[in-house]
Amino acid sequence: MSRPGFVLEVDDRTPPLVVHEGLGFRLERFPLGTRVVYPPESLPVVPDVDEAIREALLHPVDADPLPALLRPGMRLTIAFDDVSLPLPAMRAPDIRGRIIEHVLTLAAEAGVDDVELVAANALHRRMTAAELRHIVGERVFRSFHPQGLLTNFDAEDPEGLAHLGTTEQGEDVEISRRAAESDLVVYVNVNLVAMDGGHKSVGIGLASYRSLRHHHNAHTMVQSRSFMDHTRSAMHHSAWRMGRVIKEHVQVFQIETTLDNDVFPRPYDFFQKREWEWSVRDQASMLAVKRGLALAPQRLRHRLFHDLRGAYGLTGVAAGEVEAVHARTLERVHRQQLVEVQGQSDVLVLGVPYLGPYNVNSSMNPVLATCMGLGYFFNSYRHQPVVRPGGAVVLYHPLDEGFDQLHHPSYVDFYEEVLAESTDPAVIGQKYERQFAEDEWYRHLYRTSHAYHGVHPFYMWYWAAHAMDHVGDVIWVGADRKVAARLGFRAASTLADALEMASGTVGSSPSITYLHSPPHLLADVR
Amino acid sequence: MLALEMFRSLPRTVAGRAVGARLPGILSGYAAPLRLVTIDAPQATRPGWARLRTRLSGICGSDLSMLSGQTSLYFSAVVSLPFVPGHEVVAELLDDCEDLPAGTRVVLDPVLACAARGVEPCPSCARGATNRCARITVGALSAGLQTGFCHDTGGGWGQQLVAHRSQLHPVPAEVDDVRALLLEPLACAVHTALRAGVRPDDRVLVSGAGLVGLLTAFALRALTPTGEMLVVAKHPHQRALAASLGASEVVGPEEVLRRVRRATGAFQVQPELSSPYLLGGVDVAVDAVGSRRSLETVLQATRAGGRVVLSGMPAAADLSAAWFRELEVVGSYASAVHEPGAGGAWAGRSAFEIATALLPAPALAEVAGAVARYPLHRWREALDHAHGAGRLGTVKVAFDPRPSPSAPQEI
Repeated sequence: MSRPGFVLEVDDRTPPLVVHEGLGFRLERFPLGTRVVYPPESLPVVPDVDEAIREALLHPVDADPLPALLRPGMRLTIAFDDVSLPLPAMRAPDIRGRIIEHVLTLAAEAGVDDVELVAANALHRRMTAAELRHIVGERVFRSFHPQGLLTNFDAEDPEGLAHLGTTEQGEDVEISRRAAESDLVVYVNVNLVAMDGGHKSVGIGLASYRSLRHHHNAHTMVQSRSFMDHTRSAMHHSAWRMGRVIKEHVQVFQIETTLDNDVFPRPYDFFQKREWEWSVRDQASMLAVKRGLALAPQRLRHRLFHDLRGAYGLTGVAAGEVEAVHARTLERVHRQQLVEVQGQSDVLVLGVPYLGPYNVNSSMNPVLATCMGLGYFFNSYRHQPVVRPGGAVVLYHPLDEGFDQLHHPSYVDFYEEVLAESTDPAVIGQKYERQFAEDEWYRHLYRTSHAYHGVHPFYMWYWAAHAMDHVGDVIWVGADRKVAARLGFRAASTLADALEMASGTVGSSPSITYLHSPPHLLADVR
Repeated sequence: MLALEMFRSLPRTVAGRAVGARLPGILSGYAAPLRLVTIDAPQATRPGWARLRTRLSGICGSDLSMLSGQTSLYFSAVVSLPFVPGHEVVAELLDDCEDLPAGTRVVLDPVLACAARGVEPCPSCARGATNRCARITVGALSAGLQTGFCHDTGGGWGQQLVAHRSQLHPVPAEVDDVRALLLEPLACAVHTALRAGVRPDDRVLVSGAGLVGLLTAFALRALTPTGEMLVVAKHPHQRALAASLGASEVVGPEEVLRRVRRATGAFQVQPELSSPYLLGGVDVAVDAVGSRRSLETVLQATRAGGRVVLSGMPAAADLSAAWFRELEVVGSYASAVHEPGAGGAWAGRSAFEIATALLPAPALAEVAGAVARYPLHRWREALDHAHGAGRLGTVKVAFDPRPSPSAPQEI
């Protein structure tokens, strides 16, 4: 049986706790009374993955069984989540590939010839062939990729987009033409956090900038409470409105999967255990890793971390109608990740690790680190943020990894040019977003290279808009001071210094909560 | 009289070429072919010539290049050693000179063209393009493209020099010496701006925010229909000055290509083992530095068919872009008596006349405020200061060779 997450109050006997900080971690001794929120341990996994997939496809929720939807002469599109999920990448075989094999088998049995696979990467970078192969598996890759039937979605291909209409609030719904003109879209998802899935899959993953701009903007992000609860998130409200427009035009058969919390494989699995329960082997591993990282050059540390593959287990798979499937998914995600937290605190402490959705096989540049800390981890709550309004957030990250010119070319200009002028998401969005979104060079790199779309750094910054609006102080421990200043934040050498710096905002004896992640947790703040 | 004299020294010249680029301060201070000497003052024996007493004389980038051995040997044929450098000169007449009485404060157009040499005007001089004079090695004077590079005339780094009436421009009474010192560089900047051939709303890049770059930006804004103007500046005070003189944007040397790419919607490509360049870019670019890096930057940032103006004395650079992108690469040397590019109210006027009209602009007060002066005997410190002027917040270092030199001061 798994153990639920829980909240530890630091006392004299509490050992130093692991805090991630980019390509490394530190053992931090927290002030007495600090609340430490630990994620639940992994849920039991499904005993037979193939059987669970078959069961989901043959007995879907609020939909006909998949074989009943397949017929000769039809046009079938299989879309799937891209490399941004899960984090880190899953050990082969990836669950998406296993599901796609099942879907293709059923399609073949039904005599469906017109099948295309498309990665729902929206404005994310195009995946490499190797990354596609990892997700769909060798057999599917070899059958489809050489013929051009396994592709990355191109949100800037004017011929490849179809405008389906507008929502009742005037939001454009423009998605992949192939998907829009298919008789059936099967969407294969990986739900790592409650934010994903549902109408966010097709409605965002296969959408163009023209659609995305309606909800990926500072105003909508600030209005979202929280991103992990689609009923209270303005961004999700918009996506759900769009999803319903899509539903009028396209039949979507949604397949959602949920994973357990086994993020770190051996010998790194001590990261997901509670420190006072470390065995001798865990302690030895920790010391070896820590010493090794201290000695290793940056390039090697990067490789060590980015070569990690998650040892995830499948906790469930559901298929059928989008909203009904997503309800089941959310229930399982919540069961895996929810931790009840009583009340808000003055200070929220977060360790920002080496990896986020947008730096897979790349570097965590300062804009992405901000998105990870203030965008994703800060927003890992239900009901209300862990930190009180006007409180302080203390993050750990060196903010020094530089910008990957291949993946993040527009980030450099965003950092040098836009953030130099203002860090206010609303102001920069108004002045610069359209320029970056329509820049032909970024467009070219997005379409032909492996670059994120020109507008992407703005979206990363918008993710942090809610946190920036909510808290009074943001302090980065161990960060490059100049970089922190460019981002509009402050840097401190130690936690004690950070708390001293924040004392003007939160007083000299603040209540502190540390979210001990990864693996993922969702603070259910009462 | 007391003067600094540039003399022939093969070892120092070789040493300068070897290490001058890396250690300019040390070299120019202690190993440059320059010495402080007492020599006979030059005499004005021919009609139209007069003696001048130097009040201020600037240290130009070309002077520094020469002292550190970086100047191309191309110029060795058009100078006559030994000579007293200094071509940015504010002086007072010691003799009557045609219509100008003794005591008149003047600035110098340093080009030693046909009129000064006493020869029949060459075709260029005949049409007012005195900066293109073909006779700069002949006539009554030793070879020398300008005062400050000619053995016979002396130069501004000495207490006295001689000049021909054709070179003299009276300084209005309300203009002080320091601001008057800006007149010659401003005239050059006017010439550069007019050579740039800017069309309405052209995007212009000025690489460099030393005095040449700053005044060029100012002249471009004042005289041409420049649209967006991006100025490349290294130091904070240069950034502020560039902005006040008309730059739309000021960027550091590291970000210029990126910023131009964004501003113009250009594409950027990365050649192997070399620096990136743009396909697309600004319409006009001015190199106001003269270094290889700056020159290549402007070549790489200019759109196909655009124009690159060489304002700084150019270093060797990869000219592939000029060929491949069909760039118009034009030089801008000194200034002309008749500026053919001047239109409207400026038509038919000389660069010095235009510069004199622009000189009172309030924006130039701050530039004049960042001038430092030294007496001749502190020439090593002066040259060190000039080498580090950008870093030290100065835009111009000048010699004040008058007999009672004051301590170095910002004026």
